[in-house]
Amino acid sequence: MGADRGGPGQLIVIEAHQLTKLFRDRKRTTVRAVDAVQFRCGPGQIYGLLGANGAGKTTTLRMLATLLKPSSGTASVAGYDIAREPDSVRARIGFISSGTALYGRLTARETAEYFGRLYGVSEDTLLSRVNELFSRLEMGGFENRRCDRLSTGMKQKVSIVRTLVHDPPVMIFDEPTAGLDMMTARTIVQFIRDCRQQGKTVILSTHVMSEAEKLCDRIGIIHDGRLRAEGTLEQLRERFRATDLEDIFIRSMEVTL
Amino acid sequence: MNRRAIQTIYVKEMRDSLRDYRTIISMIVIPTLGIPLLIFGICGLMLKTVAKARSEMPQVMIIGGDTSPNVLSALRASGAFRIVPATDDFTNQIVQKQVRAAVSLPPDFDARVRRGEKVEVNIYNYETDVGSEVAAEKLNAFFRKLSDTTVRERLKIRKVPMEILEPFAIRRQNVAPPAQVAGCLIGGFLPYIFIVMCFLGAMYPAIDVTAGEKERGTMETILCCPVARINLVLGKFLTVITISIATVILSLSSLCATFELGMKLFARSLPPQLILSISTIDITGLAGVFVMLLPVAVMLSALMLMVGLFSKSFREAQSYAGPLMVMLILPTLPAILPGTELTAKLALVPLMNVSLACREMLGGIWHWNYILLIFGSACVYAGIALAATVKMFHREGVIFRS
Repeated sequence: MGADRGGPGQLIVIEAHQLTKLFRDRKRTTVRAVDAVQFRCGPGQIYGLLGANGAGKTTTLRMLATLLKPSSGTASVAGYDIAREPDSVRARIGFISSGTALYGRLTARETAEYFGRLYGVSEDTLLSRVNELFSRLEMGGFENRRCDRLSTGMKQKVSIVRTLVHDPPVMIFDEPTAGLDMMTARTIVQFIRDCRQQGKTVILSTHVMSEAEKLCDRIGIIHDGRLRAEGTLEQLRERFRATDLEDIFIRSMEVTL
Repeated sequence: MNRRAIQTIYVKEMRDSLRDYRTIISMIVIPTLGIPLLIFGICGLMLKTVAKARSEMPQVMIIGGDTSPNVLSALRASGAFRIVPATDDFTNQIVQKQVRAAVSLPPDFDARVRRGEKVEVNIYNYETDVGSEVAAEKLNAFFRKLSDTTVRERLKIRKVPMEILEPFAIRRQNVAPPAQVAGCLIGGFLPYIFIVMCFLGAMYPAIDVTAGEKERGTMETILCCPVARINLVLGKFLTVITISIATVILSLSSLCATFELGMKLFARSLPPQLILSISTIDITGLAGVFVMLLPVAVMLSALMLMVGLFSKSFREAQSYAGPLMVMLILPTLPAILPGTELTAKLALVPLMNVSLACREMLGGIWHWNYILLIFGSACVYAGIALAATVKMFHREGVIFRS
């Protein structure tokens, strides 16, 4: 994968500045789905966006992944501007959400190779990369089976291979454990930790307090499209004078912006 | 535009579509098995009904036959009819299909014919009912023969030569080449069949790679890749048009084979002027038709992609596809009906222009000015449809419509 911009001293990989997204609902009224959100995240860090359903988490992450264009504000990912250089941004991101399903009629290996090619991985490195990922995730038993015949856990592994095939420096997870059974969720949580271990910049959204508490180095509490509070867990505990993240979450709602 | 990306997407989409049983059914099974079975089934049934009607001895009523024993016994002796006693409600009996037909003779028919008076014979039948039509035909033939015999007898008595009836013979000769005859008959239908099959062939893959992706949740996965949307659209578009044209080729081949086989099998049951062969069609005309229809195929595939992209689910897309197909077929109908002539204005009406041009080309008429105008306008429409599809792929409101 191409080198990221910025010298070795630059540790900010994701930077959102006044990121805003407006939608028109069915009654043609404008809704501020995301309102002037800003945060930063560096390599080897997990940043968690914590919020209820409809708070604006998915929209924020979709803007970072360049699936949606911001109405105003900007963000840079690995040194590339999301509005001006969306292809370069996408090439440096691995994105997993409940909306990123697999092609049921392709086999696990075909899926990995297809996405590898789309991410611009050269044919020489593609085969060794896919083989390495398959053996690391112990997928040899089902690599030639069609995705619609795989169990949820197996599918999750194929999704992981899909996001890692181009070895991206940034990983984005939208509600990564939603709807998964305990064992599959554990695999995903371990995978997110591994990403941090490898020095990747990770951003995830969740509405599960325990998940945010366990995983995230920094947490941003988002509500009604606005970032209500932000910081490490310690900083948030200190600011809201509560130890439990749930209490912190509730108290942050009362903050007038 | 990135050729490698388009190729990667095309190869994957083709593989994906060919593993979908719905595509296989609409692309291979329906054209190669469905069409011949349907045609042979319908033709076979029709011919069987006619043959049965011809072979049976129809029940007929003779009204007013009491005073004309000669004609009555001749009718009986012909062995072609089963004569049932006459009743007053004979028309009602024909409607109820109790009797096939009836013939009403004036009083003293035998005597009046003998005296040389002009008399009138009325045949009653129920049109559209094959059995009744056949019975009426047989009655008509019987009385025509009787009339002929009577004339001959009268001439013989008066010692007048037979030739007086026919001073000269008239014979009509067809000089139109067989290709033109076949072209005119088939030319109107060919673009119609092409458009229908092209649309049907494009429908499933187009919906599958758009609304199907949304429904299965793979649209977001593919949009995360660093592939420009135009490459994505072109990869998908090439898949749809490949399957669509494959459907057309398979359908037309199967239709031609069915037609040829049908002509051979049913040759004896058909009037000679109806016996045609595909081999008499002008090959240059056929090649011209395919070239003319290519931009139509592009336009139809792009339109179906747009419909699929706009829809949230496979089902929603299918509900739009039905009315769209009717709307697309209507402009092609004038080409099937004789009498619609190609004009400069009609040359700009999408689909109708191509249908009319194809009919003329297959008939061996090449109006180059019109052909170029039509091909140019068809290409412009196709370009607009494809550009609109690419634009639609950039619209967040459509891609993430929920």
